[in-house]
Amino acid sequence: MATLSLRNIRKAYGPAEVIKGVDLEIDDREFVVFVGPSGCGKSTLLRMIAGLEPITSGELQIDGVRVNERGPADRGLAMVFQSYALYPHMTVAQNMGFALKLAKVPAAERDRKVREAARILQLEPYLERRPKDLSGGQRQRVAIGRAIVRAPKVFLFDEPLSNLDAALRGQTRIEIARLHEELGATMIYVTHDQIEAMTLADKIVVLQAGRIEQVGSPLELYHHPANMFVAGFIGSPRMNMLPVSVLESTAAGITVSLPSGAALTVPSTGDVAPGTALTLGLRPESLRPDPDGQLAGTVKLVERLGGLTLLHVETEGREDVIVQIEGLSMLNINHPVRLAADAAALHLFDAAGMALPALTRHSLVA
Amino acid sequence: MQQSLASRIAIALIGWAVALLLFFPIFWMVLTSFKTETDAITASLVFHPTLVSYAEVFQRANYLGFALNSVVIALGGTVLALLFSVPAAYSMAFHPTPRTRGTLLWMLSTKMLPPVGVLVPIYLLFKFTGLLDTRTGLIIIYALMNLPITVWMLFTFYKEVPNEILEAGRMDGASTWGELVHILLPLTLPGVASTGLLSLILCWNEAFWSLNLTSSQAAPLTAFIASFSAPEGLFFAKLSAASTMAVAPILVFGWFSQKQLVQGLTFGAVK
Repeated sequence: MATLSLRNIRKAYGPAEVIKGVDLEIDDREFVVFVGPSGCGKSTLLRMIAGLEPITSGELQIDGVRVNERGPADRGLAMVFQSYALYPHMTVAQNMGFALKLAKVPAAERDRKVREAARILQLEPYLERRPKDLSGGQRQRVAIGRAIVRAPKVFLFDEPLSNLDAALRGQTRIEIARLHEELGATMIYVTHDQIEAMTLADKIVVLQAGRIEQVGSPLELYHHPANMFVAGFIGSPRMNMLPVSVLESTAAGITVSLPSGAALTVPSTGDVAPGTALTLGLRPESLRPDPDGQLAGTVKLVERLGGLTLLHVETEGREDVIVQIEGLSMLNINHPVRLAADAAALHLFDAAGMALPALTRHSLVA
Repeated sequence: MQQSLASRIAIALIGWAVALLLFFPIFWMVLTSFKTETDAITASLVFHPTLVSYAEVFQRANYLGFALNSVVIALGGTVLALLFSVPAAYSMAFHPTPRTRGTLLWMLSTKMLPPVGVLVPIYLLFKFTGLLDTRTGLIIIYALMNLPITVWMLFTFYKEVPNEILEAGRMDGASTWGELVHILLPLTLPGVASTGLLSLILCWNEAFWSLNLTSSQAAPLTAFIASFSAPEGLFFAKLSAASTMAVAPILVFGWFSQKQLVQGLTFGAVK
């Protein structure tokens, strides 16, 4: 059992504030992923939870108890570092058993726990090896094993897969999901990789410049981004953004005019007067070539990925739009094309970048 | 890298020339120590080897007493210096403050000051505290003298250890002491050893403070050598014999620890 509660957490290095007041509740057994661009403060926030960075102000509670003043080892957490941070002079077994040794756990019990963790992670043949004799993936598993052995209330992962190659990353990602299932522990995971975030998380926390932009389930963030930053950050290729102006606001939604002059009704609501400048967000996967489409343009680049084709289209308003099509597209460079959008997948953002509320919630999002 | 035979020969020749140049004074000293005083003032390589100088040196001075002082003072100074510099370098490497860099440079700058500049105050301090001509006094002076070097060296070795490894130790429940003993020291043992070796050699060879702050009780081997270049004039054969005996232990020691020393000093460069 472990719940975490962050109350107005701040971190400042001298006059420079890097975490600007974070409020967050993390439930028991939840898998929470912190995402954001480099320098957004996600790692700093994790290190503050770990106890490796002092908290400047605010309160951190684990299971309802304030732990700000406790040292890293007294918070009941275990951390997996980006560089694995294994002890090079110890064997795999010694690495995994180090915390238990420090805690003066009897050798027999220590050995049993290390073997149990090694079994879960398929590290049994390597127990007597040193880290330098292991592959990257094996080192990663030892780092996870070191965390498991301590049976912590909360697991912290700091970009654990970023030093692995693509194939191993996918494999280890699945392994971590399986571990979460098997151990039933609360996990906090930092990454800049949105695939990891989307696939692993129960709850994603999007951070930018030391602030939380949005907290929600992966699909909620994808279908109902709170603002332009989240909309652009979640989803690949990025959401297309076009400047539009309001024509009218009705019960069916807000009708806007595209740079080319064409009109489009978006099922959003909001108090917007005709003529207001807004930004229209269109996901590449919600666009498709259609002779009756409202958006006209010319194909500038075609990327054929096999199962998918990405079209880079320059619209009449001279804006670049990316279109993702299932399968192969026969469209070629300099081909004129008209595009239609799935109305339910359109987003409108006001001048401050905040999303206008959608009329209907996506069926999969609570 | 592929080198031509000519350049390899040239490099070998230069290497040998430099080595010979460095070794020659020691060779000459050892050679002279086996000559009679009359032979000693000639540059002749042909002579009848004799141990007469050694015998006279042994007769005139208590070599073992001086040697014991050297061993105790060099070891004591080194241990004391490490006792301070291991935690100091740890703090500077892993918990730096904005002033750390400046402190390190300031420490090093004290080595640029000629020691003779502070001779009088130090002498008086030693006089008032009763440290003159004591091993304790020299141990303290040697430790202080080597502290900047040992802190710098250890700092450089510690810098090679990723901070995350120590943080992992902290997450695992290691105290500061535990971090030092279980993680940092085992990881930097070659570095700590070569720092200690260097300090030992510097202490052994130090002459300025030992000559000025000791007379008989705590005088180490450097004072023993100096006593043979004394009032009656220069007796090269005896001086050489005394010097050979003074440098022999550290030379042998250096020979055996050479690998460790070189490894330690190039630790960062080859990693």
